[in-house]
Amino acid sequence: MDPSPIREITILPGRNRNGEPERFEAIVIRPGDTISVVGPTGSGKSALINDIEVFARNDTATGRTVLVNGEYPPEEFVRDPAHKPVALITQNTRCLADLTVAEFLAMHVRSRRIADDGIVERTIDLANEFTGEEIRAGARMTALSGGQTRSLLVADAVLIAAAPVLLLDEVENAGIFKERVIEVLRAGGKAVIFVTHDPLVSLLSARRIVMRDGAVERVIEPLDRENEALREALRLDGILRRMREQIRAGDLITGPVGA
Amino acid sequence: MRLAVVAGPPSAGKTAVVRQIIRTLLDRYRIAYLKIDVVRAFEDEELAAEFGIPARKVCSGDLCPDHAGVMVMRDAIAWAEGEGADLLLVESAGLCLRCSPYTTQALGIVVLSAVSGTNTPLKMAAMLGLADIAVVTRIDLVSQAEKEVFRERIREVNPDLDIVETNAVQGTGMRYLIRAIEDCPPITDPDTIVLRGAPPLGVCTVCIGKTEIGWQHHFGVVRRLEDADYLFRGD
Repeated sequence: MDPSPIREITILPGRNRNGEPERFEAIVIRPGDTISVVGPTGSGKSALINDIEVFARNDTATGRTVLVNGEYPPEEFVRDPAHKPVALITQNTRCLADLTVAEFLAMHVRSRRIADDGIVERTIDLANEFTGEEIRAGARMTALSGGQTRSLLVADAVLIAAAPVLLLDEVENAGIFKERVIEVLRAGGKAVIFVTHDPLVSLLSARRIVMRDGAVERVIEPLDRENEALREALRLDGILRRMREQIRAGDLITGPVGA
Repeated sequence: MRLAVVAGPPSAGKTAVVRQIIRTLLDRYRIAYLKIDVVRAFEDEELAAEFGIPARKVCSGDLCPDHAGVMVMRDAIAWAEGEGADLLLVESAGLCLRCSPYTTQALGIVVLSAVSGTNTPLKMAAMLGLADIAVVTRIDLVSQAEKEVFRERIREVNPDLDIVETNAVQGTGMRYLIRAIEDCPPITDPDTIVLRGAPPLGVCTVCIGKTEIGWQHHFGVVRRLEDADYLFRGD
C-alpha cells in the first residue's frame, strides 16, 4: 500500500522558548525504535510530537523541521491520511464521533479504501486486549470510557491506519495495559514515540528525549545500564497492578504485597 | 486584487484562520478585511490593531447576514481597491449553514471544526459543496482515526474539495491554504462577479423583521403549510 517505505524520520532542531537554538544535530527515528519523550509539564513534549505529526517545516511555534528519508516528505504524506506514515493518539480520551464503534471503524476502513471484511472485528478484538472493560461493536463511541477509547484508537492505528510510526501521548493515564500495548507495537515493527510521565514506559523505551523549556535538552540511550532499574520497575508495576485489580474488585488488601 | 471569502459555522475558528493568513502574507500583500455579522463584531478592530491593515465590518441587523454580505460585496471590493489592497478577505457571520456566500473570481474557504460532530459536514452541505477549500480546525484535539472519519464525511459532500487540517492557533498545516490563496487568480472584472449558487436567503418579510405568524401577514417567498415540503428551491 505504501508507495515508498519509511526508512527514517529525521527531526532537525528548532528553538526553545527564548528563541535560542536547540542543542542537538538531528534525531533519527527508524522502524522498530522505541523512544520516550520526558520532562516536566509544559516543557514542550506534546509540541515535539505535534511537529512530527504535521511534518513541521519551520512553520510551527518551535521552528523544527521533520524530514522523511532525508527529504521533505511528499505532499500526500502530509495531506492524504491514506498515505500518512504517522498516527498520533492524543491525550484526549473522548471520541466525539456520534457513531457506534463498528460504524466508526467501518467508516475509517472505507476512507482508506481497504477491502477486508474482518478488519473491524479484529480491531475490536485487539482493542479488548488493551483494556479490562470490554468494548462492544454496538456501543457508541461517545459512551466509551477513557481507557476503552484509547485502546480502540491504538488498535485502529495498528490495524486500520497501519501507520509505521505511532505517537502516543501519555498512553499510561487512561488505565490501559501499557505493557501489552508496547509488546504489540514492538512485534509489529512499528516505530513508537511515547510522551510519558511513567517510569516503566520510559525504561521500556530504548531512547529517551528529555525536554526542557520548549526544547530538546538531551537525548539519552541507556543501552543496558538501566536493566536493574527496569527489573525493579516491572516488579513494582506488577505489585501495583495486582493491588489495582483487588481494589477494583472491592477487596481488602491485608496479605503480603511484595512479589 | 484577489478576493477570498471565508465562511463557516460560529466558533469554527474563521477568525483564527484569517489571522494566520494575514500573519503569513502581510509582508507580501496589502490586505483588507471585511467582517459581516449580525449585531456585534470586534474582529475588524482587533485585526486592524494587530496588523495595521484596513478593516471594517457591516452588521446586518434584522436582515440575514449572508444577504447583507451579498449586497455590500461590490462596495467592499471598491473600498478595498481604494485602500490599495491586493487581497480582500471577507469573513461571513456564519449562522445559517445552508448559505454559501462564495462568488466567482474568488477563493471560497469553508472553516469547520474537527470537534463539531460527525454529521456536521452533512448539515452544511451547501457551504461545503460550493467551496474550493475546507479548513478543518482544532485538529490537535482529535486522533488520527477521527480525523480520517471526519475527512470522509466532508468527501461525501464534496469529493473534490481540497482539505487542509490545522490547529489554527498554532498555524500548523496552513501552508497549503496560503498556497491556494496565492494560486487563486485575481479579480478580472468585479462587475461580472456572481454568487456560485442560489443561497436560501429567503427575501421575505420575516427576514426583514416582521414578526407576525401566518402567511397571511407576509409577502415575498411564502407558502402555506400544505404545499410546503421544501418552502423554496432556488431556480
